[in-house]
Amino acid sequence: MEGRDLSGQAPRPTVVVVGHGMVGQRFVEELSARGVTARARVVVLAEESRPAYDRVHLTSWFGGTGAEELSLVPEGFLEEHGVELRLDDPVSAIDRAARTVTTRSGAVVGYTTLVLATGSAPFVPPLPGREADGCFVYRTLDDVAAIRDAATRARTGLVVGGGLLGLEAAGALRDLGLATHVVEFSPRLMALQVDEGGGGALRRTVEKMGLVVHTGVGGREVTVDARGAVDGVVLSDGSRVETDLVVFSAGIRPRDELARAAGLAVGARGGVAVDEHCRSSDPAVLAIGECAAASDGVVYGLVAPGYAMAATAADLVAGGEGRPFTGADTSTKLKLLGVDVASFGDAHGRTEGALDVVYADSRAGVYKKLVVGPDGTLLGGVLVGDADSYGMLRPLTGSVPPAPPEQLVLPAGLAPAAALGPAALPDDAVVCGCHHVTKGAIVAAVADEGRASVAEVRACTGAGSGCGSCVRVVGQLVDAELAAGGIAVDTGLCGCFAQTRQELFEIVASLEIASHRALLDAHGRPEARGGEGCEVCKPTVGSIIASLAPAIGADGHVLAGEQAALQDTNDHFLANLQKNGSYSVVPRVPGGEITPEKLIVIGEVARDFGLYTKITGGQRIDLFGARVDQLPSIWARLVEAGFESGHAYGKALRTVKSCVGSTWCRYGVQDSVRMAIDLELRYRGLRAPHKLKSAVSGCARECAEAMSKDFGIIATASGWDLYVGGNGGASPRHAESLARDLSDAELVRLIDRFLMFYIRTADRLERTSVWLERIGGGLAHVRDVVVHDSLGICDELEARMAAHVAAYRDEWAATLEDPEKLARFVSFVNAPGTPDPSVRFVPERDQHKPDLTVLAGPTLPVRTLEGSNPS
Amino acid sequence: MTTATATLTRPLPAPSPLLEIGHAGAWVPVCAPAALLPGRGVAVLLPDGEQAAVFVDRHGEAHAVGNRDPFTGAYVISRGLLGSAGAERRPFVASPLLKQRFDLATGVCLDAPDDPALALPVHPLRLR
Ligand code: SRM
Ligand SMILES: Cc1cc2nc3c(=O)[nH]c(=O)nc-3n(C[C@H](O)[C@H](O)[C@H](O)COP(=O)(O)OP(=O)(O)OC[C@H]3O[C@@H](n4cnc5c(N)ncnc54)[C@H](O)[C@@H]3O)c2cc1C
Ligand code: SF4
Ligand code: FES
Repeated sequence: MEGRDLSGQAPRPTVVVVGHGMVGQRFVEELSARGVTARARVVVLAEESRPAYDRVHLTSWFGGTGAEELSLVPEGFLEEHGVELRLDDPVSAIDRAARTVTTRSGAVVGYTTLVLATGSAPFVPPLPGREADGCFVYRTLDDVAAIRDAATRARTGLVVGGGLLGLEAAGALRDLGLATHVVEFSPRLMALQVDEGGGGALRRTVEKMGLVVHTGVGGREVTVDARGAVDGVVLSDGSRVETDLVVFSAGIRPRDELARAAGLAVGARGGVAVDEHCRSSDPAVLAIGECAAASDGVVYGLVAPGYAMAATAADLVAGGEGRPFTGADTSTKLKLLGVDVASFGDAHGRTEGALDVVYADSRAGVYKKLVVGPDGTLLGGVLVGDADSYGMLRPLTGSVPPAPPEQLVLPAGLAPAAALGPAALPDDAVVCGCHHVTKGAIVAAVADEGRASVAEVRACTGAGSGCGSCVRVVGQLVDAELAAGGIAVDTGLCGCFAQTRQELFEIVASLEIASHRALLDAHGRPEARGGEGCEVCKPTVGSIIASLAPAIGADGHVLAGEQAALQDTNDHFLANLQKNGSYSVVPRVPGGEITPEKLIVIGEVARDFGLYTKITGGQRIDLFGARVDQLPSIWARLVEAGFESGHAYGKALRTVKSCVGSTWCRYGVQDSVRMAIDLELRYRGLRAPHKLKSAVSGCARECAEAMSKDFGIIATASGWDLYVGGNGGASPRHAESLARDLSDAELVRLIDRFLMFYIRTADRLERTSVWLERIGGGLAHVRDVVVHDSLGICDELEARMAAHVAAYRDEWAATLEDPEKLARFVSFVNAPGTPDPSVRFVPERDQHKPDLTVLAGPTLPVRTLEGSNPS
Repeated sequence: MTTATATLTRPLPAPSPLLEIGHAGAWVPVCAPAALLPGRGVAVLLPDGEQAAVFVDRHGEAHAVGNRDPFTGAYVISRGLLGSAGAERRPFVASPLLKQRFDLATGVCLDAPDDPALALPVHPLRLR
């Protein structure tokens, strides 16, 4: 509405919201939930040029999460509720007497109720030079876009502030490839959340990742070069760090400037002072979120308290005082630089008579402390490096836990499993802090309302849709409740077997059953015994037999005897089926290292057989368009030249990528190529529940992308860091640190154990990333098993891997020697010499592509019922 | 359409029996039944250029359907995995490309049973 508003004469009350951030948007949602948007005009005036987005996950923008994905405003929401949103036009003044606000563009809007949700601004310490080219803050999408842009021209970055946000920014700079420094004024990192011990563990872990940490010093001056761009920072101890990019993250200050100018009361440390119902000193003006100083005098810098205030304020606007906001839990759990950090309750033990129980494993970078009262009440805690128990411990705060605290700090594998089960939680324990959902509410959603999955419970209670740290516990509660209600969840592999893959693995391993048929007839579902099996259990059992072959006395070749009938078409023809029925051929190129001679052979083979060639994303060469009957002659040439199967067709080890490492690269600290080759040769041919990928980088710059692999290795000055559970693909996940600074032998031994434990316990087609998220106790449990041998199975795991390595033979070489296996490589059984006329090609860009226009396209209906995996 | 199934009882009738497939009113030789791997299929080139897929299950029962995958147009059905479903253990083949199941006795696509365009043609088989 332009010009002078007819304030007071408006037929409908008007709610004006200043700021469309996380809390502002939540407030509008709360208004619509209470029906206010139907009877009042709601106007939101925003400073940023985009509608509200998820600031908490701002850093994921660097990882490719688009602004759309981060948006918090459901499509059509504003239109549906008639909310007027005005972007890029901040409010510049409030006239309380006239009950109007004026925006930068000069628009004047009248209000009945004014809601300030202006958030906070990063605090930039007053150093000389702080406005130079190359200085940034870390708060908005515009900020991160500017940082990324500048990082492409920078080599070093420095973050002022070693708190939660500072470390997050430092992690982002490091991931952008900058050598990164963190400068923190207090004696430890994250001083607000963690104590000295936790800060120490955090610092070691962060330093091992290649960050340079300076604590107990502040910045004194930003120095600039001749062009006025940052070239360094002088610290308070007089030392100077050369850097071309500076991010200030030294705390936040509530944006109360409008309120101050309008004469509203502010808190002692800033923030619009509000009462328990979020009213400022003028009852027509409310303030919520990070710009408000709550009735307990605290300015909360977290989103959950902001959301609670949004609900309280919406109650008030809807016509009555609702749940008062008197203060909030500042518990936090986050993953910084791949390290889990959590703090909850009285983390610093400030309560009278409080006692500590501490578990510390500085090698693994784990520090856990619980604070308990004299009567055994859990008061709070700090968890660094292993925060899996956070979801259970936080809701127990304020009660006497069901197990002694010294057991509660033990790593998952060592603690009594049942002690921390969801059954131990009292009904009123708040399981989801973000949305204030109690255990009782979750149980009721399952038991009384018939919700049968985490997704359904989330939809009706909101639990799990905030920071996500409670999802695991919510899942356990849902499962336990379903089980208690007698709802049997059929976890069987398929219509033929009632067992899971893991159970079948144990049956095959312990009874040494090396035949799908024998397994089906003895252990299948009664109605499936004597039958054929199906396309789900056949390859799964085939894979289990292949993983265990030497140990259970089976023939190690995937095409031997009955095994040939179990394999998916790719494994059956030792090549990847393409859309037109032709196959692709991928020879192994260990570590991506290849001689000119071998390159020439690949080129000649491709030319002679008319194959399309492409460099793959896995550092090797794919030859496409071979007919079934051509595969043996192609491979005869390749095997003769010293190539082996690359297992591109199998749920098996794919590639171990490498960077050039210390041999050539000026930054390299270890020979990453040699290690990648060693590992690829060791694990080649290993069949697994899903494909396995790996990479080795020669230094923390991580050119080989090891952090996106099932097992990734990054060189350090003193050895190798091992990361596990990474994934690219549709749901990317960064690998997490399993162990650090390993020698060659230690590294190989740990990978042996890790892979065999995964093969033993994962579900069918479950990548390590999904497996790590699913398996009880998560990474901490896996670490206990494979590093600390908590289950006493490491000898067995190593023996199985040793048997695999010893029994390995190239599948293609063996096939070429076996006329019976070779006989299958024909297009037609009744016309062995005839090529398949349906496999045709048309030219494209100097090569060719399949000639197949029938039906192929993005809308192909892929079957997803029981297993839709194409490869 | 004629029955899709011929029971191959073992021991197989001597001397060197031949499996034949019916197409367009004629019988076309396929191969010796012993050349088939139980649980898998082979492709057969028919005189008019059409293609069929012939499977044999673990009990020696053989089935023949068209080799063209109606979902993609590729001639690959013979490379799918054989299975049996339900209490009657009805045999089916799962397409190797996008995994739809086809009933081997009727050719019907079990994921779209009402769409005749997505069914495979069924061929009779005999031993001679
Ligand atoms: C050839 C290649 C693409 C290329 O031209 O570069 C490729 C091609 C295929 N990918 Fe891939 N992927 C290729 C690298 C990748 C990468 C990158 C990498 O490995 O560094 C990824 C992401 C990393 C990862 O897996 O974590 C990748 C993620 C996938 C996925 C998704 C996996 C996931 O966990 O989400 C699939 C589907 C699946 O496996 O279920 C897939 C499946 C496939 C299949 C097997 C699909 C199929 O069944 O036809 C393609 C077969 C190619 C063939 O016929 O030879 N491909 N694929 C790459 C071969 C690398 C190699 O040398 O072995
Ligand atoms: C990188 C990062 C990571 C974080 N991680 C976490 C976390 O893990 N957990 C957690 O709980 N919290 C986290 N936070 C904090 C969380 O984002 C905030 O608590 C939350 O965004 C507060 O919401 P708000 O609406 O009060 O403020 P904001 O989201 O900042 O929104 C305020 C909006 O008001 C606008 N505005 C200001 N003045 C005016 C004006 N005069 N006129 C119009 N508009 C105006 C601003 O431009 C802004 O868009 C993180 C923050 C950052 C930056
Ligand atoms: S990761 Fe490898 S290539 Fe990249 S900078 Fe380090 S040593 Fe060099
Ligand atoms: S605790 Fe954050 S979503 Fe539940």
